[in-house]
Amino acid sequence: MTPKPSAIAEGKDPAPAAAASPASRAPINARLTKAERVDLYRTMMRIRRFEERALRAYQQGRIGGFLHLYIGQEAVAVGSCSVMQKDDHVITAYRDHGHAIAVGMSLNELMAELYGKATGCSKGKGGSMHFFDPSRKFWGGHGIVGGQVPLGTGIAFALKYRDIKGACLTFLGDGAVNQGAVHEAYNLAALWRLPVVFFIENNGYSMGTSQRRSSAGAGLAKRAEGYGMAWEVCNGHDLYEVREKTDRMLQLARDQQQPGLLEIMTYRYRGHSVADPDSTYRTKEEIENYRRTKDPLTLIHETLAAEGVLTPELAKEIDAAARAEADRAAQFAEESPFPQVGDICQDVYWEEDNPEHKRSQGRIFFD
Amino acid sequence: MPLITYREALNQALAEELERDPNVLLLGEEIGQFNGAYKVTEGLLARFGPKRVIDAPISEAGFVGLGVGASMLGLRPVIELMFWSFYSVAFDQILNNAANIRYMSGGLINIPIVIRGPANGGTNVGATHSLTPENVCANHPGVKVVCPATAYDAKGLLKSAIRDNDPVMFLENTILYNDRSEVPAEEFLVPLGQADVKRAGTDLTIVAHGRAVMNSLKAAQLLDAEHDVSAEVVDLRSIRPLDEETVLASVRKTNRVLLVEENKPFCGVGAQLAYLIQEKAFDELDAPIKRVSAIDAPAIYSPPLEKEQLPNPQRIMTAALEML
Repeated sequence: MTPKPSAIAEGKDPAPAAAASPASRAPINARLTKAERVDLYRTMMRIRRFEERALRAYQQGRIGGFLHLYIGQEAVAVGSCSVMQKDDHVITAYRDHGHAIAVGMSLNELMAELYGKATGCSKGKGGSMHFFDPSRKFWGGHGIVGGQVPLGTGIAFALKYRDIKGACLTFLGDGAVNQGAVHEAYNLAALWRLPVVFFIENNGYSMGTSQRRSSAGAGLAKRAEGYGMAWEVCNGHDLYEVREKTDRMLQLARDQQQPGLLEIMTYRYRGHSVADPDSTYRTKEEIENYRRTKDPLTLIHETLAAEGVLTPELAKEIDAAARAEADRAAQFAEESPFPQVGDICQDVYWEEDNPEHKRSQGRIFFD
Repeated sequence: MPLITYREALNQALAEELERDPNVLLLGEEIGQFNGAYKVTEGLLARFGPKRVIDAPISEAGFVGLGVGASMLGLRPVIELMFWSFYSVAFDQILNNAANIRYMSGGLINIPIVIRGPANGGTNVGATHSLTPENVCANHPGVKVVCPATAYDAKGLLKSAIRDNDPVMFLENTILYNDRSEVPAEEFLVPLGQADVKRAGTDLTIVAHGRAVMNSLKAAQLLDAEHDVSAEVVDLRSIRPLDEETVLASVRKTNRVLLVEENKPFCGVGAQLAYLIQEKAFDELDAPIKRVSAIDAPAIYSPPLEKEQLPNPQRIMTAALEML
């Protein structure tokens, strides 16, 4: 089911402007320049168009395995990553395309990775669930539900160990909150006062099981109280609110070494992954309703239009540019070579990849 | 040359590496205030303080994963598992994350952790505390696996493991902790991937690792004294990487191989060795390759039976004599 473009994206007159979100007045948002606001919108649009182009490529058989699309959740990655400071780090699970683009990875290397090409950001060795860019402090891209949460807690531990005033944004879905490893990480973060903020992207469903059918207790973020951590709930369709609440939680973590839980209510239009028959667990009406009333791109468009920052012409330009960029990425991926068989056993061991520094001996690979 | 215990050797290695590199830290249950369940980390909290020697709550998936995450930023955690049996609680973090993150990132990241602790049976602690998963770990490309048998090897290998930029699984043995051997006072390293001929011989080769080496040496003494058989004992020391050359050289010399291991037979370390030896030294063999593993059941509690279940010197000697 192809998401229908919003009336705005098609260049038609926008609907009456939504009331300005109170979060727009928070200093973190009020001080944004026009250019910065447009850039936030642009990044969200680029994510949307990249995901749509990836979906098409997947349906054409260019992409194998799983494809967990971020369509509908764009404000969460863009909002939260946009308030990161220079020593903050970010890690997420397998729905990682949005975060990768939000931290600045190039669409070419991402699409090439999806196609399994040697020019991919992981040389074709990871795929959709395993985008990484340490130079941008983005630590993946992880496939096991909740498995990344102790990792993110460890990143925060390292920052504290080194007296670096930074925090680790550790993302997980509503499906991950019941994993044992996640609770272990909550406990360690609180016990050792680690600068980690756990972001629960609550899109209502872990694969096909609704959050209500999965999680006992009064709320996902509220569980933080059991560990003595700060917590908040946030509307994920509201870019400004995501920025404001992320910033507040990050400050607590960085400045006071208080870990926190931020539960962000969001929604995905596509299934858990592309192959997901989501008719078994939700109605078309539900999806359409969210698209009509809470599409984050539509909402931020309306907001920026009301602020006088985004004209219909500029919006059209941004949309067209995003589509073109996504198409170019697909072309780049198409034209790129696959890795060779001889590449399979590279990037397994640091020592093997750095033979001039190798100190061990013996045989490391077998047949 | 000082004669120190395996336990002291580990303690010295940890202290020396903590001293040498501020990125090294220790993490585990009871390693600090309690001085370690088996006293391997005794005195280290007092000497290095709570920032470097950290007592973790019982949450292996949590603190092993935390160590893996911290190592992505360049810290070098040496994580203790009180028993290697508890690796199963952290399996996802060790053998999904630590083993695979470098690969899945196309080589952008490395995970310089060490996970160490005792992996052994023979102490009547029952099936869930007696695992020896060196074979399971070695099955995962991305990790290295080391099993020292003596105090000398323990010290040299632990220092190498801590300096290694890949994740190293370091499997010790509580029964060996009190064994003494000569260990130089000056700094030395034992490289990973290098086996050691612990006893030269001519009639057959015994290949073993960990405590099975010590039992094989006892068996070799008995074979010599009671049967005039000269057995060569090759201590692998390192499972992955594996010193294939030393093993094959010994096979070419003696033409008979007995593999001894404490782990269970199916897909044990011996299974891999047997494949290698028949592949590369088929014509050198005068007899089929023989193996003494743990008897193929969960570790039994009953003390005298557990002694039988493990590869003790008697079983090793019997198997050797059957080959000659």
